[in-house]
Amino acid sequence: MSTDLDQLWPLLFPAIGQTLRMVAAVMLIVIAVGTPVGVVLHNSSPGALFPHRALRATLSWVVNLGRSLPFLILMAAIIPFTRYVAGTTIGVSAAIVPMSLAGIPYFARLVETALREIPREATEAGRAAGGSRLQVIVSVQLAEALPALAGSLTIAIVGMLEFSAIAGTIGAGGIGYLAISYGYERFDTTVMTATIVTLIVMVQVIQFTGDRVVRRLSH
Amino acid sequence: MIRVEKLHKTFGTGTRARPVLHDVDLTIAQGTIGAVVGPSGAGKSTLARCVNLLERPTSGRVRVAGTDVTDLPERELRDARRAIGTVFQSANLLRRRTAAQNVAMPLRYLGVTAREEKRRVAELLERVGLADRAADYPAQLSGGQRQRVGIARALALRPKVLLSDEATSGLDPAATRSVLALLRELTTDLDLAILLITHEMEVVREVADTAALLREGRVVESGPVRQLVADPHSALGNALLPDRPVSRDRRGLGTWRLTYQGHAVPTDWLTRLGADHGLDVHLLSATVEEIAGRAAGRATVAVGHDRAEELTAALGGWGIHAEPLPEPPSPVPADEPAAPGPASETTAETVEEAVV
Repeated sequence: MSTDLDQLWPLLFPAIGQTLRMVAAVMLIVIAVGTPVGVVLHNSSPGALFPHRALRATLSWVVNLGRSLPFLILMAAIIPFTRYVAGTTIGVSAAIVPMSLAGIPYFARLVETALREIPREATEAGRAAGGSRLQVIVSVQLAEALPALAGSLTIAIVGMLEFSAIAGTIGAGGIGYLAISYGYERFDTTVMTATIVTLIVMVQVIQFTGDRVVRRLSH
Repeated sequence: MIRVEKLHKTFGTGTRARPVLHDVDLTIAQGTIGAVVGPSGAGKSTLARCVNLLERPTSGRVRVAGTDVTDLPERELRDARRAIGTVFQSANLLRRRTAAQNVAMPLRYLGVTAREEKRRVAELLERVGLADRAADYPAQLSGGQRQRVGIARALALRPKVLLSDEATSGLDPAATRSVLALLRELTTDLDLAILLITHEMEVVREVADTAALLREGRVVESGPVRQLVADPHSALGNALLPDRPVSRDRRGLGTWRLTYQGHAVPTDWLTRLGADHGLDVHLLSATVEEIAGRAAGRATVAVGHDRAEELTAALGGWGIHAEPLPEPPSPVPADEPAAPGPASETTAETVEEAVV
């Protein structure tokens, strides 16, 4: 059994919309929380702005915890938490909770890695110029790491797109849901193919755009 | 004025404690350049970091422009850092900012108005001779130009004290000379006190007024450069003005090592020894150059044993310090190098250099 091509679009179009909304909402949360976490991870390490062994060890442990569970398992494991936060365990808003939880530590590590590439001397120059720690973080570390951060952002968006597809399995909607409910459960080859093509195109567009931005930012 | 008193710095604690600086004393007056030299690992950079307050001393005091900055709390430390300009090795410019934006960094942190910032940045870039490169990114500038931007940035907040941590390392000789000339000029024009951390003797010779030799975290020698080069037994003086290899043929002659410095010594002392004193002087090696604004020289000469007293008397009259070098242990065949003496290889250029 297979959906006709003229029936495909009404299925696919809202699904793409849901996926984009899901990824966009999650990315906002991930950037807002993951960036500071990454900054603290980097700067609590020895020789950085505020070395703090205990803080770093704790934060690193928590981040690793968030990164060690496969997304599907994490999603199932935190259902009570999701219900508490989102009030429901199905749909787009329910998917945002586990996706953010998985995305924040993921992005935090990417930010940490990007900041680590900035020479320590640049940070010192900022300090010597009379900058406060916050000023140095913003105007030296994050500003200098901007091309690398744009690259991290690209990776994270693609990652979140993947998570959104997995979240489809618990009824989060979007392309993942379409692929599972039509392509997998009903063996609908047309829908299956369409979702795959859509995902491939989305990833390519995201990566292409990301690469362009990185190039624009590099001097 | 930069004043470092009994500075100790130890990294780590307990069994892992690693002492880096012991009892370091250092004073650099306004309008002068004080160099700290030493081999790598001697603690030079740690000393620099203690002075620009990126590192806290374990004990001892650091005074910058009259303020004791040793125990300042973090907030006031930031204000204190603004009174100290730091020029780093390789300039440490932000790659994604133009020269002008890099120079503006300390002004931004301080929070001056956009108009004031623009005016001051233009003035600073003009000062270091880079007014036409304001919009260039560091990657578009040469090493020497980047370092000039670094200097302009360090001067942005009108500090009384400048710290240069290996600022000329990695620059080619011409760029080094121009950066040093700029530092010299700024010292005089802005009445700065500059602490110059370097491992290059050339740099000290070129611009320093005073110098301190740091070895294994201790100041083993220090003083005005003029005095150091005038002292025949100063390790720093000898490093600044090394003895040249000595021509080997000195049979039957007494050999003397001469050290001199200053305006009192006539530049034609060698010919005068012959013309006025009738001495037959053999010049075996010599260097003469201007250090800290005055001629300084080292020479090895030989005269007949019977004329030794006349020689020392004549030299002493001009203020040239002379000390006898030991005789070679046995007559040395002309084709073998003489053993003792400051050095033992004959090089024609050495003598020629001396005559010039």
